Amino acid sequence: MNLTKKTLTELSELFRSGEVSSREITDAFITEIEEKDSKINAFVTPTFDIAREMADASDARKKNNELLSPLDGMPIALKDVVCTTECRTTACSNILKNFQSPYDATVWKKLKSAGAVLLGKTNTDEFTMGASTQTSAFGVTRNPHDLERVAGGSSGGSAAAIAANFCAGAIGTETNGSIRHPSHFCGVTGLKVSYGRVSRWGTMPMASSLDVVGPIAKTAEDCALMLQEIAGHDEKDSTTPDVEVPNYIAEIQHSIRDMKIGIPRNFFEKGIDENMAQVIAAAEAQLRDMGAKIIDIELPHAEHAVAAYYIIAPGEISSNQARYDGIRFGECSKEKDDLAKIYTETRSEGFGDEVKRRILIGTFVLSSGYSDQYYRQAQRVRTLIKQDFDNAWENVDAILSPVSPTPAFKVGENLDDPLKMYLEDMFLAPSCLAGQCGISFPGGQTDSGLPIGVQIICPPMKEACALRIAHQMQKHQT
Amino acid sequence: MTSKISPDDVKHLAQLAKLKLSAEEATKFAPQLRDIVHFFEALKKVDTKNVVETSQTTGLENITREDAISRCKCEKSLIACSPHPVKKNQISIPNVL
Repeated sequence: MNLTKKTLTELSELFRSGEVSSREITDAFITEIEEKDSKINAFVTPTFDIAREMADASDARKKNNELLSPLDGMPIALKDVVCTTECRTTACSNILKNFQSPYDATVWKKLKSAGAVLLGKTNTDEFTMGASTQTSAFGVTRNPHDLERVAGGSSGGSAAAIAANFCAGAIGTETNGSIRHPSHFCGVTGLKVSYGRVSRWGTMPMASSLDVVGPIAKTAEDCALMLQEIAGHDEKDSTTPDVEVPNYIAEIQHSIRDMKIGIPRNFFEKGIDENMAQVIAAAEAQLRDMGAKIIDIELPHAEHAVAAYYIIAPGEISSNQARYDGIRFGECSKEKDDLAKIYTETRSEGFGDEVKRRILIGTFVLSSGYSDQYYRQAQRVRTLIKQDFDNAWENVDAILSPVSPTPAFKVGENLDDPLKMYLEDMFLAPSCLAGQCGISFPGGQTDSGLPIGVQIICPPMKEACALRIAHQMQKHQT
Repeated sequence: MTSKISPDDVKHLAQLAKLKLSAEEATKFAPQLRDIVHFFEALKKVDTKNVVETSQTTGLENITREDAISRCKCEKSLIACSPHPVKKNQISIPNVL
């Protein structure tokens, strides 16, 4: 039995029924990582010894009938911006290359309380800034489907780890596509939760009004299992509303017959190639076949989302990154006698190009004389984008759209053209700015076999609806 | 500065953000920033008259907690995060003034 190819749901059932131990599952993944990750680079810090200990503890709980949750004994990976006391948390930046967090992020605390087993920390663009995992200080993550290509980003390590059968589930973060984009490139399922659905406490921030934490796994059902354990209010994160967490596994079992699915054709049709268009058409046909009603909708301001995002996010980045000054944590420059020099030299040596670029853009759009012209106008456009969604929700339950304009591109591409890289997010930015939730899952492939994802976007706090549509479609496909 | 971001402008921005850029870096970033800022210009055409600004999407406001004092059990490990010497359980840094 090849355990590593099984879904999280299947592994959980095998473990609970006593057919395999958590240690066997964990060892199977470790063997896979040891054999193959030197070529893929999904993990930046493996924690195999800790994983074996945690697996043994799960096996002991199983023996005593004390299992904590369906995730008990399941080996998972965390994007390396989620703080863990077990090992360093680096944000894949030189400025934090040896940072040891004194506490666990809420998301990890919850997963640990559910009995999950930590296999290690996964690669990301530096401080999650990128759409290809190429800006990581620890090297690019390669796409398991084609090693010449990128895994997407910024949660490229987590998505590649799922695609390469290195773990049963993974945690990613998304500010503007960073869960859905690599899921599309790697042919896996990734859920961008609504803003506020999952606590970010202890997860390193990029742009605080947009950042979310969410699951990446093989299927929507797997994502539902993970979300069940991590969703909910956290008094340590004041942006998490006290909204009831539904029973996701129960909710996703319902048929999607008569659901109304909107398609914003005018928004994406000109921006995608033939392969992508075919996959969207196939998804549309499948939804019709399953009894859903397709309705054409307009999102008239969505085309402005990338520009608005790249004003708002860098503004927030430039202030968030101010905390890295070489004093309280992280690396410090050799210069230790002059405070002003400590700040500038630590930051200049510690940050990579993309982080510097975004700090500079943020400083520019917030500087006096420009903030009204750029920053405040972007926030007004953000309102219009959100209103577009509010209007759409009066007529439809969910929206079908491509994830990004192309399938996985080659390693090295787009690196010298930041603006082109930013446009990777064009179908992802509107839902992020408006705080909606969305799921990216495999919809087909190119003629050469590269995965192509599709996404379903749903209103805030309606993850159950997005997961349900994706799960029913995945069930229908098999 | 908007339409023509020069390497000197980039250096000025860097100074405001406590970054030190080499001449090569400033020369590399200037046209990239110019392209990005030029891309922003499209937003100016959007009619936003009477549109309020959105800075967050949950609608939550003034979330507070009880002002209760609790003992931090991790003060030593927090201080240990600093790359600077520790004196009397405090981080020692060069004089500010």
